[in-house]
Amino acid sequence: MNLLALMPFIVLIPLIASGVVALLPGRTLPWVATLLAALASAVIAALVLPEAIGQGPMSYPFGNWPPPIGIEYRVDAANAFVALLVAGMAAITLLWAPKSVAAEIEGRHGTFYALFLLALAGLLGITLTGDAFNVFVFLEISSLATYALIAYGQDRRALLAAFRYLIMGTVGATFLLIGIAFLYMVTGTLNMADLAERLPELRDNNAVRAALAFIIVGMGLKLALLPLHLWLPNAYAYAPNFVTAFLAGTATKVALYVMLRFVFTVFAPDYSFVVLPLSTVLMVLAVAGMFAGSWVAMFQIHLKRMLAYSSVAQVGYMVLGVSLATLTGLTAAFLHLFNHALIKTALFMAIGCVMYRTGSAKLDDLRGLGREMPWTLTAFALAGLSIIGVPTTAGFISKWYLVLASVEVGAWWLVALIVITSLMAVYYIWRVIEAAWFSPRPQGAVAVQEAPLALLLPTWLVVGLNFYFGLDTRLTVGASTAAAEALLGAGVALP
Amino acid sequence: MNHRQPSGDAMIEWLHPALVLLLGAGLLPLLPSAVRKAWLVLVPLAGLGVIFSLSPGEFGRIEFLGMPLVTGRVDELSLVFAYVFGIILVIGMTFALHLKDTVQHVAALAYAGSALGAVLAGDLVTLYVFWELMVITSVWLIWRRGTDVSYLSGMRYLVIHALGGVLLLAGVIVYYQTTGSIAFDQIERSSVAFHLILVAFLINAAVPPLHAWLSDAYPEATITGAVFMSALTTKTAVYVLMRGYAGVEVLMWMGAIMTWYGVIYAVLANDIRRILAYHIISQVGYMVCAVGMGTTLALNGAAAHAFTHILYKALLFMGAGAVIYMTGKSKLSELGGLYRTMPWTFLLFMIGAVSISGFPLFSGFVSKTIIIEAAAVDGRGLVYLMLLTAGAGTFLSIGLKLAWFTFLDHDAGLRPREAPPHMLIAMGLAAAFCFLIGIVPGPLYALLPAPIDYDAWTLAHVLKELQLLLFTGLAFFLLLRFVGGKPKIALDVDWLYRGGGRRLTAAIRDRVQATNRSAREQFMAALVLWMARVKKRHGRDGKLARTWPTGSMAFWVAVLLASLLVFGIRQH
Repeated sequence: MNLLALMPFIVLIPLIASGVVALLPGRTLPWVATLLAALASAVIAALVLPEAIGQGPMSYPFGNWPPPIGIEYRVDAANAFVALLVAGMAAITLLWAPKSVAAEIEGRHGTFYALFLLALAGLLGITLTGDAFNVFVFLEISSLATYALIAYGQDRRALLAAFRYLIMGTVGATFLLIGIAFLYMVTGTLNMADLAERLPELRDNNAVRAALAFIIVGMGLKLALLPLHLWLPNAYAYAPNFVTAFLAGTATKVALYVMLRFVFTVFAPDYSFVVLPLSTVLMVLAVAGMFAGSWVAMFQIHLKRMLAYSSVAQVGYMVLGVSLATLTGLTAAFLHLFNHALIKTALFMAIGCVMYRTGSAKLDDLRGLGREMPWTLTAFALAGLSIIGVPTTAGFISKWYLVLASVEVGAWWLVALIVITSLMAVYYIWRVIEAAWFSPRPQGAVAVQEAPLALLLPTWLVVGLNFYFGLDTRLTVGASTAAAEALLGAGVALP
Repeated sequence: MNHRQPSGDAMIEWLHPALVLLLGAGLLPLLPSAVRKAWLVLVPLAGLGVIFSLSPGEFGRIEFLGMPLVTGRVDELSLVFAYVFGIILVIGMTFALHLKDTVQHVAALAYAGSALGAVLAGDLVTLYVFWELMVITSVWLIWRRGTDVSYLSGMRYLVIHALGGVLLLAGVIVYYQTTGSIAFDQIERSSVAFHLILVAFLINAAVPPLHAWLSDAYPEATITGAVFMSALTTKTAVYVLMRGYAGVEVLMWMGAIMTWYGVIYAVLANDIRRILAYHIISQVGYMVCAVGMGTTLALNGAAAHAFTHILYKALLFMGAGAVIYMTGKSKLSELGGLYRTMPWTFLLFMIGAVSISGFPLFSGFVSKTIIIEAAAVDGRGLVYLMLLTAGAGTFLSIGLKLAWFTFLDHDAGLRPREAPPHMLIAMGLAAAFCFLIGIVPGPLYALLPAPIDYDAWTLAHVLKELQLLLFTGLAFFLLLRFVGGKPKIALDVDWLYRGGGRRLTAAIRDRVQATNRSAREQFMAALVLWMARVKKRHGRDGKLARTWPTGSMAFWVAVLLASLLVFGIRQH
């Protein structure tokens, strides 16, 4: 079987496996099957990426119906990179999962893991497909599964958070659907490559403009761009820890990818950035998100919420890179997309370890814990260095490229803003370290043990990856550059 | 560590010695205390082994952020320094074996590792990284003395070197911007980077008036830490000057002045290690002067002198350290007559003393005279005279004054025991090197960066040195009453940022402080008020952080969509 024929199985394996896993009894068996499926997807994605970078786009027509009639999977450097990230993060978080899930979810785990696989398959499907309507379908699959996963949270507020996410997520998905419908109305096709060919003739059509606006707003909502982020803090805060760790690394990233795919490939940047004031709007919202997210994070006492607001800020960095609409800017966006997944997953995993032992993610309950759970909190501190952007960490690399991109277009003031928000990150990470190491344990607090190895090892693996990708940037920078080039196509650069 | 590089470098056997030492330092605290001592012997020896297995070439290439880094440039010049750093690490660690302070051991190993990294760095970025690492690690060798004085002294050391680091970084960035290269070779005079990097290097080389950190910090460092510090920081600076600034004439004058500056202050000083510290400045002056001359002979002399200097200076610091360790006193005016109970320390110390003075048969003679000869060959009369006569001052203050008032002279009533065996072994090793190099200089000359045709043992050289030294000795004994250590303080440049400057500015300061205090109180009050308000408004339930109703989100969606559409459609 050649690689091209193998490629659709990145999506199909989790999709098919979810049906099987749902039926498996007990707790261990579903997990093993899920892990195997995710690993298989990740391995295929890892095989596909170098091929997509080296050989250019790969196209797989489903059921041998040639596009634009049939559904096509079209993989270039951009989506191969995102697919590897999603499948890889799924596999790594799954390594961490069993203990944490066992502590939080009662009964058999078949249904839970089946939903997880559905969410994963949905995210991967969105990433790989070359068909606009197929994007919507997979978006709904992953979203519905995600709502259910969030509702699994122990906290009763998880139900409300899931419900609110459902409402808002549906609004976002509907907007995407409306946009796609407009496009179908005027062009009569749903295939992205085909759309890209036909749209230039329709430059002055108002329906096309409206379609672009709808898609951007819809995806802006899914990727939690300020002020459309309101669903995110509660959803992240009250979901089971495993679900939070997985979603933080993948869900918003895929939404960003979809937005980029439409803005750059389907509409072409010389259209989308000209017909709408996209550069300005995205830059304003990105900077606002960077500040508001970091600002609120500085005062949160629930650490998962704090990290969630920090995610809003980090999305701001990615969108800032996009708003520059240059090759370096896009590269920075892709880099941060990848690196932030590593950073946030590591942070959420560390907090998950704390919650596993103490059952609380409140800052006050963390006081003096540094001496009792040194490995967990050291992992948190090291991942914190990465989110601040200290050299030798992955976070530094993406911020470095973001700074390069800003300087390239002469926007020195952006550099200042990036530094200021990084300092805000120093503050909210420092609060945790101060509580953990420099405050005494509250009187009467129960003695706490270090987190079990089954949780610690995967956490440290991700922390290690943060430092690995902070030093060896060949994979990340190479793939990000290739992804940015793939999106910009013939290299249309903007004034 | 055998791995084949696809780039065609054939088979590469490359293990960075700095890596060995840094790893050794990192693992040390994890080991059970029983095996730590063995580890302290083993790691320097392993490092030394790796250093001696280095073969010329460029290794350890890493691509970082688009910049090609060369972490291992091995050539004749870097090898001389790497060899002697490795040797002194073994000796210094042996001297420090009694110590139970793991922090110091880790600092010393990491410090030596970073000095090696700096010497082997083939590009400015790697150099900068190790340069900073040297400062961060070495300052612990001062702080672990544990006194208030050493803490403040360490702080000043840190601040000055941080300043140097910033200058270096700025220089490297400007250099990269203007030339597009980060390769570390002769620095072109073309841009401001030339001066920025030069000043950074001069700070580490302790060139007056940027030298005061050295005489300030080294006497306050721990007994064992000072041994490493005397060997590594300034000599790394000499190396980078040789690499980047050979033949820059202003260095020649600076160096010549340094030789005298150090000697004069050494004659005035009372603390035994402060005397030695000033002599580092003086001896480094010879090397800086040779770098400034820039002739092949002079550069060879600088490398040779760095090699011998590290050994005898470490020996002297070990001798002084042993005295302080056994008596707890460090002032000349409080010491005296120690030869009775510490005969071995005395003997070994004297070998160091005659070496630094340049007595024939000892190592200083075979290296220092090269530099003096180079000045003569180059036709630089004044420099020649300054270098030659500074040697007399060196002998006066170390060979005579320091030795006389510490070990001989009147009996101060101290009856310490002889230094412990490991200290004597370490000193013995260094003394053996001093002596062997003195009588058989051939192997040292063979190591030098360029082939050398120089014979230290001509009648003229020997006679000249002996005359100078013997008459100095005569003068010393005639004027014995006047040259002894006095419990006074000699003011140096650090006065500016220490006591005196403060007194000078006290009046202004008081005025400024009064205004400052009131302004600050007002500001702080406002800040506290503001913080309280911010906490109230933006805390957990602040406007932004509140859990907003779903409707508000729909509102924002509508606003955003409407604005995009209005903008998009308005244009047409």
